[in-house]
Amino acid sequence: MKFTEEHEWLRVEDDLVVVGITEHASEQLGDVVFVELPEVGTQVTKDDEVVVIESVKAASDILAPIDGEIVEVNEVLVDAPGKVNDDATGDGWFFKIKPSDLGQMDEYMDETAYQDYIS
Amino acid sequence: MADLLTTPLNALHRELGAKMVPFAGYDMPVQYPAGVMKEHLQCRARAGLFDVSHMGQVIVRAPGGYAQAASEMEALVPVDLLGLGVMRQRYGFFTNDQGGILDDLMLANRGDHMFVVVNAACKRADIAHMRARLPGCEVEEITDRALVALQGPAAEAVLEALVPGVAAMRFMDVGIFGSDFGELWISRSGYTGEDGYEISVSETQAEALARALLANDDVEPIGLGARDSLRLEAGLCLYGHDIDETTTPVEASLIWGIQKVRRAGGARAGGFPGADRILDEMANGAARVRVGLRPEGRAPMREGTPLFEAAEGGAPVGQVTSGAYGPTIEAPMSMGYLPKPLATEGTVIYGEVRGKRLPVKVAKLPFTPANFKR
Repeated sequence: MKFTEEHEWLRVEDDLVVVGITEHASEQLGDVVFVELPEVGTQVTKDDEVVVIESVKAASDILAPIDGEIVEVNEVLVDAPGKVNDDATGDGWFFKIKPSDLGQMDEYMDETAYQDYIS
Repeated sequence: MADLLTTPLNALHRELGAKMVPFAGYDMPVQYPAGVMKEHLQCRARAGLFDVSHMGQVIVRAPGGYAQAASEMEALVPVDLLGLGVMRQRYGFFTNDQGGILDDLMLANRGDHMFVVVNAACKRADIAHMRARLPGCEVEEITDRALVALQGPAAEAVLEALVPGVAAMRFMDVGIFGSDFGELWISRSGYTGEDGYEISVSETQAEALARALLANDDVEPIGLGARDSLRLEAGLCLYGHDIDETTTPVEASLIWGIQKVRRAGGARAGGFPGADRILDEMANGAARVRVGLRPEGRAPMREGTPLFEAAEGGAPVGQVTSGAYGPTIEAPMSMGYLPKPLATEGTVIYGEVRGKRLPVKVAKLPFTPANFKR
């Protein structure tokens, strides 16, 4: 798994990249009450705002960590946004992206580096 | 942040793992490890303990006793204070000459004097206002007492076990009780829509009282985050957001806070700042009014969200003054101001969130039923 400075995690599954936010981020946000997901088929460029999450405290944007096409979104979050808090790195994933260039993953942190980053 | 003030419970908040934030000049707990959602539901289901020591506690005395203090204070608030029973409390607001609201507050008749509780952010101004405008009164700020609120359906049983007698109090009763924690000034009131008490306690005994309350399994500490969502579900205004110097009590749908005797035709009609405008609006209606709003989708419409009459085009007709997710109603909720013709329950308008106009319905306040012990 790779991690961004924006507290997203990226996991390669077959030829797709699954994206979510880290437990650390979900704790900082507080209880998530609303998630707005992108449409499947959307072409995104790195740093595009693709997801809006609202917690009990505030709204935040999730940025596309890499270029590619959104091929699947986690519809479960629409009715159960709390999954982001309950299982941030599992059932709380946001979307799957078909990467244009998997090499863009290289710049991101591994778990050890991320743990250092947040401590 | 070195210059933030602290309450007598600051060390306890930290021990309980609170996340602290600056609020009205104080270092206050916004949430504890349970988080806003669980804290909110805890208060509705059992009981929550809130530190509200940042609020201003003020005693107003006059040579002529309560009657003189009440008579002079009636020149600052549109409230029937002379008719307030002994050991009873009323909600009120200081108005300005334009009919706007300088602050909202609680006023209690404590027999030979008046006890007043004001908002933290306004307390300096409120005290100066009272000192300038109550010429025959002595206005004493109480700075050696903490204030805590115990709110929720279990509050009565929890507090009665520590302070026998409080169960017999009715909503808006006040009492002075001896206890293991020194003299307690207790009112049966709060800011959550639940039954409960607000308890003024000596700063030296505050932590012991808080620990004794928290020792009960039915009580958990609640931070400012859940305090805000609880009061919004209860349809209660937050000063500086839902009401301020530019909103009149009529616009703010707070006419219930103006008793008959202070209204047109009453024995002591008017006589408070801005009375001309306020009484005129009571007779003829205000151009805009505060309403409850229920977004039809799941996206919260927060403070500042512009409101439109139609899904496209036109200028904003109002805006959201408070908005959040309501954990009890399991839906987003807001309050805001709308022109009178649109301020009818069931009317669908549109709030613009992130550039998109989303439907939102004018709804009845409160969003959750009040559970006061009348």
